[in-house]
Amino acid sequence: MRLEPISDPTALRRFGLPAGALVLTVLVASCLALLAGANPFATLGLILKGAAGSKFALLETLNRATPLIFTGLAVAVAFRARLWNIGAEAQLYAGAIATVLLGTGALPLPPALLLPAIALAAMLAGALILLGPVLLKTRLGVDEVVTTLLFNFIMILFVSYLLEGPMKDPMGMGWPKSAALDKAARLPRIVDGLRLHWGFALAILAAVSVWVIQTRTTLGYEIRAVGLNAEAARFSGIPVGKVMVKTALLSGGLAALAGFSEVAGLKGNLTLDLSPGFGYTGIIVAMLALLNPLGVVISALFVAGVFVGADSMSRAAAVPTYIADILTATALLTMVLALRLTHTRIRWS
Amino acid sequence: MEILDILLTASFWAAAVRIASPLIFATLGELICERAGVLNLGIEGIMVIGAFAGWMAVYLGTGLWTGVAVAMLAGMLFGLLHAALTVPFGLSQHVVGLGVTLLATATASFAYRISLPEVTSPPKIAPFQPFEIPLLSKLPIIGPAFFAQTALTYLAFILIAVVAFVLYRTPLGLALRAAGENPAAVEAQGLSVTAIRMGAVIVGSGLMAVGGAFLTMSAFSSFFFEMVNGRGWICIALVVFGAWRPGKAALGALLFAAFDALQVRLQQTPMGAVVPYQVFLMVPYIMSILALVLMSRRAEVPAALMIPFNKGER
Repeated sequence: MRLEPISDPTALRRFGLPAGALVLTVLVASCLALLAGANPFATLGLILKGAAGSKFALLETLNRATPLIFTGLAVAVAFRARLWNIGAEAQLYAGAIATVLLGTGALPLPPALLLPAIALAAMLAGALILLGPVLLKTRLGVDEVVTTLLFNFIMILFVSYLLEGPMKDPMGMGWPKSAALDKAARLPRIVDGLRLHWGFALAILAAVSVWVIQTRTTLGYEIRAVGLNAEAARFSGIPVGKVMVKTALLSGGLAALAGFSEVAGLKGNLTLDLSPGFGYTGIIVAMLALLNPLGVVISALFVAGVFVGADSMSRAAAVPTYIADILTATALLTMVLALRLTHTRIRWS
Repeated sequence: MEILDILLTASFWAAAVRIASPLIFATLGELICERAGVLNLGIEGIMVIGAFAGWMAVYLGTGLWTGVAVAMLAGMLFGLLHAALTVPFGLSQHVVGLGVTLLATATASFAYRISLPEVTSPPKIAPFQPFEIPLLSKLPIIGPAFFAQTALTYLAFILIAVVAFVLYRTPLGLALRAAGENPAAVEAQGLSVTAIRMGAVIVGSGLMAVGGAFLTMSAFSSFFFEMVNGRGWICIALVVFGAWRPGKAALGALLFAAFDALQVRLQQTPMGAVVPYQVFLMVPYIMSILALVLMSRRAEVPAALMIPFNKGER
């Protein structure tokens, strides 16, 4: 068999194939529910209800989507330049550490300046974490997939050290957690009484900013050129190494904002379970969005909905919450295949 | 000198060989995939599914070797998924590999939860027992290190030679290496690049899963969610470190395992009282990054690695 490109796919291909991927994902979910001995319709219904069935559920989904928008953007920006940043998890924790360091009284700033200063410091911390791997890539040709992945493990051990040592909360009753942020360093809620903080608004702002950078600036053009063909970009005078470094700084900074927003907006302190894999899930979010920054918002809402819905469902039905991980991974694999088939035809020889 | 004392004990070397065994299986598996031109980032998840499937089979009452076979089959299944998406369809090996890792890891967690909903502490199985090879196991240091291990460790070391032999001394190995260097030439010989690459990914994934199964069936006897803990990613670094050669990669695994065994023992010394234990636990990951940096300049990457092949396209 071989693949032939289709220059002008029909509407059926364009919409039918992604829809087919979604149907396949739902089918997998149903099979998993059956395997767990539950009614598939009831299970899917419970997931939907848990994700968007009430005001509380909806706000929970928006809250869960917030870090995923940041990590999704981080991955989307990097992958666009073919910089395989799999280390958003480490960059997220770097941002969280910076937030706690500066948000517990170390910065004598008026409240209006304190939060922006902390956010910038967090971005800087995340950017620096990715700088190492990207310099190793551009200077020495060291594959960044493995180095960024391994940094995740190093970082979580570093956080564990901090929480048991220098950053340990003296009032923590021996639990490995940091001291709580000052009130002035907390992101307020958007509407009083509703559990949704300004981190969500910041995430939307970040998505729009990344979209502007990608479509309206020289850097965005250079990033795309490097991603499409690094050799050709170099030949036409684009400083590929510099573009890679700039991309990395942006990507690491965005991922770090996830850590900032989780600590300052939701948790108020740093613990070892701050992120249940937001960095890795960001890869799924970015790919489902086809690396489009505005699409990232939508796919983050979808993925967050699946996770929040599955959490709520597993409390009512005997289906383990890991169904959410299987669902999102299946959605990812079926969607990339569907998109490939939209633009290619299979010829059997 | 505590380090010297540690290096001269037989138990240290025995531990190093034991820690190296799962890495050798998985590194050889990844090496086979990459030599054929496919980067398999599914390795981490495939090791998890292997660890789970082999352990579960034995827990349900099969023999140990049947358990290893079940683990291998589970790994090959996910290998088939990876191969089907990346080889004929030419999808991004990065995306598919990470997707397979997430899918396989989640599948293992889900299957564990639905098969054992009640348990709080993971049940144990009777794992492979060390088998002392007569005479050889009586040698000082080398004896207990290499000749008093479990059958799976012996299998890992035999496999190094088998993989090296097949790669360099058989027509199959030649075709496989050519698929990773110059696929068009393979096609010109009348062989199918698609078939070779898919076969390599499936077999390689089977080996990765056996590497995972070593953890539950020879090292720990229970299954934990976080047990693979980045070993798969380390194996990818080891393939680069070994310059895509089975012997060198296995030597790298052994060296790496020796450092791992050393850091565990250094934690017990006066040094361990001063340095936080997390620093010791970081050593394996830092070592892997250093290994990549050291080898990057001299790496002989397979020329067609990560480049999809579509017949009739140039």
